[in-house]
Amino acid sequence: MKLTKAKRNKLIYNIVTFALVIGAFLILQSMIANKTITRSLKGQLVPICCWIVMAVSLNLVIGISGELSLGHAGFMSVGAYTGAVVSGLLMHVYDIQDPTLRLVIAIVAGGLLAGIVGALIGIPVLRLRGDYLAIVTLAFGEIIRNLVNVLYIGTGDGRLYGSFLNKKLPEGITMLVDGAKGAVKIKPISTFTAGFILVLITLVVVLNLVNSRAGRAIKACRDNRIAAESMGVNVTKYKMMAFVTAAVLAGMAGALYGLNSSTVVPTQFTFNQSINVLVFVVLGGLGNVLGSVISATLLTILPEMLRAFADYRMLVYAVVLILVMIFTNNPTIRSFLNRLIAPFKRKETTGGDAQ
Amino acid sequence: MKKLVALMMALAMLLSVASVVAEDAITLKIAHIGPTTGAAALYGLATLHGAEVAAAEINEAGGKYKIELINEDDEHNVEKVINAYNAALDAGAQMILGTTTSKPCEAAGAQGYTDRVFFLTPSASSTAVIEDKDNVFQICFTDPNQGKASAQYIAEHKLGQKIAVIYNNADVYSTGIRDTFVPTAQELGLEIVSETTFTDETTDFTVQVADAQNAGAEIVFLPIYYTPASLILKTAADKAYKPIFFGVDGMDGILSVEGFDTSLAEGVMLLTPFVATSTDEKVVNFVTKYQAAYNEIPIQFAADAYDGIYILVAAAEKAGITSEMSAEEACDLLIAAIQEITVDGITGSMTWDETGAVTKTPMAATIVNGEYVFE
Repeated sequence: MKLTKAKRNKLIYNIVTFALVIGAFLILQSMIANKTITRSLKGQLVPICCWIVMAVSLNLVIGISGELSLGHAGFMSVGAYTGAVVSGLLMHVYDIQDPTLRLVIAIVAGGLLAGIVGALIGIPVLRLRGDYLAIVTLAFGEIIRNLVNVLYIGTGDGRLYGSFLNKKLPEGITMLVDGAKGAVKIKPISTFTAGFILVLITLVVVLNLVNSRAGRAIKACRDNRIAAESMGVNVTKYKMMAFVTAAVLAGMAGALYGLNSSTVVPTQFTFNQSINVLVFVVLGGLGNVLGSVISATLLTILPEMLRAFADYRMLVYAVVLILVMIFTNNPTIRSFLNRLIAPFKRKETTGGDAQ
Repeated sequence: MKKLVALMMALAMLLSVASVVAEDAITLKIAHIGPTTGAAALYGLATLHGAEVAAAEINEAGGKYKIELINEDDEHNVEKVINAYNAALDAGAQMILGTTTSKPCEAAGAQGYTDRVFFLTPSASSTAVIEDKDNVFQICFTDPNQGKASAQYIAEHKLGQKIAVIYNNADVYSTGIRDTFVPTAQELGLEIVSETTFTDETTDFTVQVADAQNAGAEIVFLPIYYTPASLILKTAADKAYKPIFFGVDGMDGILSVEGFDTSLAEGVMLLTPFVATSTDEKVVNFVTKYQAAYNEIPIQFAADAYDGIYILVAAAEKAGITSEMSAEEACDLLIAAIQEITVDGITGSMTWDETGAVTKTPMAATIVNGEYVFE
């Protein structure tokens, strides 16, 4: 099979990405099996998977589709709340006790609802450009958070009760979502394996989308909207495709995240959280999926590694962020790194020529 | 290399000497978990400092127990608290003094319920903290109890008939207190004439204060933290509106808000089990030591945590906890022991039942000349 150089590079990139993720999973699983893993790291595995999915999906919107979205945590909260309610509903009303089945249904439901919300938001929003889009998505994230803040859902006698703004529910029912108290009494059912599978699904979806015909159209819209339009590319359609896909993935990550804890509060999904994910994406490199995976992992673990610094922890974290940003963008260091990789690259090219 | 070996040996010798010295005493590894950074840091630092004062006192006295205090920061965040909890257990904690704030405590407590780890929280006051788990105990009142006690206090002391409530509807603590205050007040024949809300981002309280003023409220009930409360007091002063402001334990700390004119807080009443100006011998001792160490007046949270260390030691003694016990082994013993003890602390005389809620008498303080004074 003969491949062009660009295609071959893409293939290598994809293989490296999957190999890294699967390799990390296998190493961690063996560590769990022979109990050499610390509690601290074990507790972070599921959140790390969630943040990887969040970062990769946001990268699809920002890096690949070229739209600045500042409301990604909003989709995550839709997923988290949907996941919590669906899981509670399945347990109390439909009496499904199998945690894996509940988790799968909850994640799918979280993704679906976030996708629907994403489509509804996308229709008006994606007609805007640049700063306007950023501001509208920011507002969306805040609106979602304020809505769930006054949402009350509960179950009792095999029925689902809900009210909005005021808690007008009958006494003695099991509350699932309790306004400012957030989603309560969740039975944590998320597992690292589920998180790993979700990361794999995300990578397959995003990498395939990027390297497909639709992906090229999305990138064309990003690079030059007018040129893409004049070539007959339906700009809004392709931007919607990227936006809704990202929303679905964020919703799924949210459901996994929500079901990993016994409680979820609206204040977890503030504007700051969206910015946090944006930091993962920017640090990993816009459009670089593998970069997002690595940066989301490292930046989630880093604050925990810095616990030894006690009070100066977040200060050190900020300094590390600044240093990484400066170093990865410094032309001298970049050319130095390139020179380091150069010998291997040349070998690969000659190998390719010989085929 | 030689140097390294020499250093290692020196260290090993040092450690063995240290272990010989401490041989007689039982070392309790207690982890304090609370927000020592971020928006709620004032509370986390207060509980940490309170616990440190108590631990130093016990270690100096050189009795049967030695305290090794581990501190982990949870940033007042439901995700980070699990990391802090796991880090504490990795460090060998046997029991947990925490967490300081309600929502993180709910999450960590549930995890501790599965793992069998004993929690004694100084200040997490929502009912969800102790609900459905047998491993979490509180030193402070639950939010509903605070709301109820406030209404009863106002009715009993006939402070006024018309009440306005201003609360944060995005906050668990605030809504929790409000939800029992309003029905209790109405049952006791008091009149709620105005009820207004705000959220964490609110910085302008003109609307809320004006509503209370127009409704002619004699008492403004503020089941909120002291930062928004300081803004409300300022707004009311600007409008020349002088009702009785009645707060709960979150109001504690209002006198230490930077740039706040404390004369505005004159006459403010709050429900609190601890005032730093008390002449009680134990309180004076605590306040003196706290001030010497941290150069500030301790707030109620610090007092709760100070009591917390003594409660844990009392429970550990009753349960017969040893230095070698793991958190899992200690958990059930501590749960049984704490229900049998009575602790006379600086926040009152306390007992516990199997629900995890504390029993003690509520007290109200008034701010007079920039100081808290008990009635």
